[in-house]
Amino acid sequence: MDNNSDQRELTVHIWRSEASASDDDLQPDGAWQTWEVPVRNSQTVLDVVTWIQRHRDPDLSYRYACRVGMCGTCAMTVQGKPRWTCRTRIGTVVDGNELTIAPLRNLPIIKDLATDMAPFFDKWAEAGAQFVPDRNVDQQTMAPVKPDSRARRTADVAIECIGCAVCYAACDTVAWRADYLGPAALNRVWTLVNDEREASPKEHLKAVAGESGCLSCHSHQSCAELCPKHLNPTASIAGLKRKSFLLALAGRS
Amino acid sequence: MTMLQKPWAARHHPAWWAFALHRISGLTLVIFLPVHLLVLSQALDDPRQLDRFLTWADTPLVKIAETILVVLFAAHFAGGLRLLALEFLPWQNSQKTFIALASGFALAVGIVFLLSAFGGVD
Ligand code: HEM
Ligand code: SF4
Ligand code: SF4
Ligand code: FES
Repeated sequence: MDNNSDQRELTVHIWRSEASASDDDLQPDGAWQTWEVPVRNSQTVLDVVTWIQRHRDPDLSYRYACRVGMCGTCAMTVQGKPRWTCRTRIGTVVDGNELTIAPLRNLPIIKDLATDMAPFFDKWAEAGAQFVPDRNVDQQTMAPVKPDSRARRTADVAIECIGCAVCYAACDTVAWRADYLGPAALNRVWTLVNDEREASPKEHLKAVAGESGCLSCHSHQSCAELCPKHLNPTASIAGLKRKSFLLALAGRS
Repeated sequence: MTMLQKPWAARHHPAWWAFALHRISGLTLVIFLPVHLLVLSQALDDPRQLDRFLTWADTPLVKIAETILVVLFAAHFAGGLRLLALEFLPWQNSQKTFIALASGFALAVGIVFLLSAFGGVD
C-alpha cells in the first residue's frame, strides 16, 4: 500500500501522436488521451508521466535522464507552457484538478511526448556556438582570468544554459521562420563574444549578425520569461545586436 | 484528430503583449498614413472637397476612431523608443516598468486628444 497518497486523483490529458514528424510537418495531428492519476506529496509532472507509463500504458513515449534539472532532456509543454517536467511540482501548475502535457513546440515529434532535439543542436553548430581557444597565447605568460573581473562576469551571466530547448519552444520567431537560430544558440554565442580566452570573438559575432541570427529577434522575451535557469536570452541577443551594429559601422568607415 | 499547437499560455506576459500591440499599431499606421496624406493633399488640390470631408468627419464616431488611431500611433512611438533603448543601451531589468510607462504615455496622449476633440479646445 502507498501511504504517501491521499484520496485525490488528478485528471491528466496527454498528447498521443498518430505519426512521426515529416519534413513539412514537424508536429502532425494526434489526439489527447486522458487518465486519472493518484495525487502524491511533492509529485512532479515527470512523476505523473512515469506513473502512467508504468501503471497504465507502457507504450507511452517520453524522455528524461537526470531527474534533477541538469541534463535538459525532460522538457515538455505543461499547461501550455514549456517547462522541465522533472523540476515542476504539480502544486505549482495545477489550479483545480486538470493537467495537460504535450511535447515541446517547434521541434519534430518522434512519438508522443518525445521530440527530436537535433534541429535545435544543429542550429548551435550553425551559429558557431563553440568555444575556440586562443592558441597564440603563451602558456607561460598567460594572465589568469579573474572570476570577478567585469569581463568575466559579462561572459558568465549567460553561461549556465543546459540546452533544454524550453526557450526555443517558447520563441514565436522560431515558429515563424525556420532558419532562425533561436534564443539558446544566440545566448551561447553572446558568452563567447565576451570571453577573453576566445581566439576570435569577432568571427562569432559575424556568424550571427544576419537575418537568421540576432536581427530577427523581436524581443518578445518569452524565452527569458520561461528559461528555468533564469537566463535572459533577450538581453544576450540585444547585446549581439548592439555589437553587430558597431561592427557594421566600423566596417563602413 | 486534433491540432496540437496552442502557444497562447506562453505569451501571457507584458513583453509579448507589447510586441503584439507594436505589430498591430505598425500595420494600422501603414494602412492609415497613405489615406491621411491623401486627405491632406486635398488642401492643395481641392480645398472645398477637403472642407466637405472635414464636415462629414465631424461626428463622434469618427472622433473616437481618430482617438484610437492617435493612441495606436503614440503606443507605436513610445514602444518603438522602448525597443530601441532595449537594443542599443545596456540591459535594464525594469523592462516591465518601461512597458507600463509607454502604455501610460499612449493613454495620456489619447485622453488629451479626446478632450480637445470633444471639449472644443483649439
Ligand atoms: C514614430 C516613430 C516610430 C518609431 C520610434 C518606430 C519604431 C519601430 C521599431 C523599433 C520597430 C521594430 C519592432 C520589432 O523589432 O519588432 C518598428 C516596427 C514597425 N513599424 Fe515603426 N516606428 C515608428 C513609426 C512608424 C510608422 C509611422 C509606421 C507606419 C508607416 C511604422 C510601421 C511599422 C511596422 C509595420 C513595423 C513592423 C512591426 C513588426 O514587425 O512587428 N512605424 N517600429
Ligand atoms: S537558455 Fe534556458 S531555456 Fe534556453 S536552453 Fe538554455 S537553460 Fe534551457
Ligand atoms: S526575445 Fe527573441 S529569442 Fe526570445 S522569444 Fe522573442 S524572438 Fe525569440
Ligand atoms: S530529467 Fe534532466 S533536466 Fe529534467
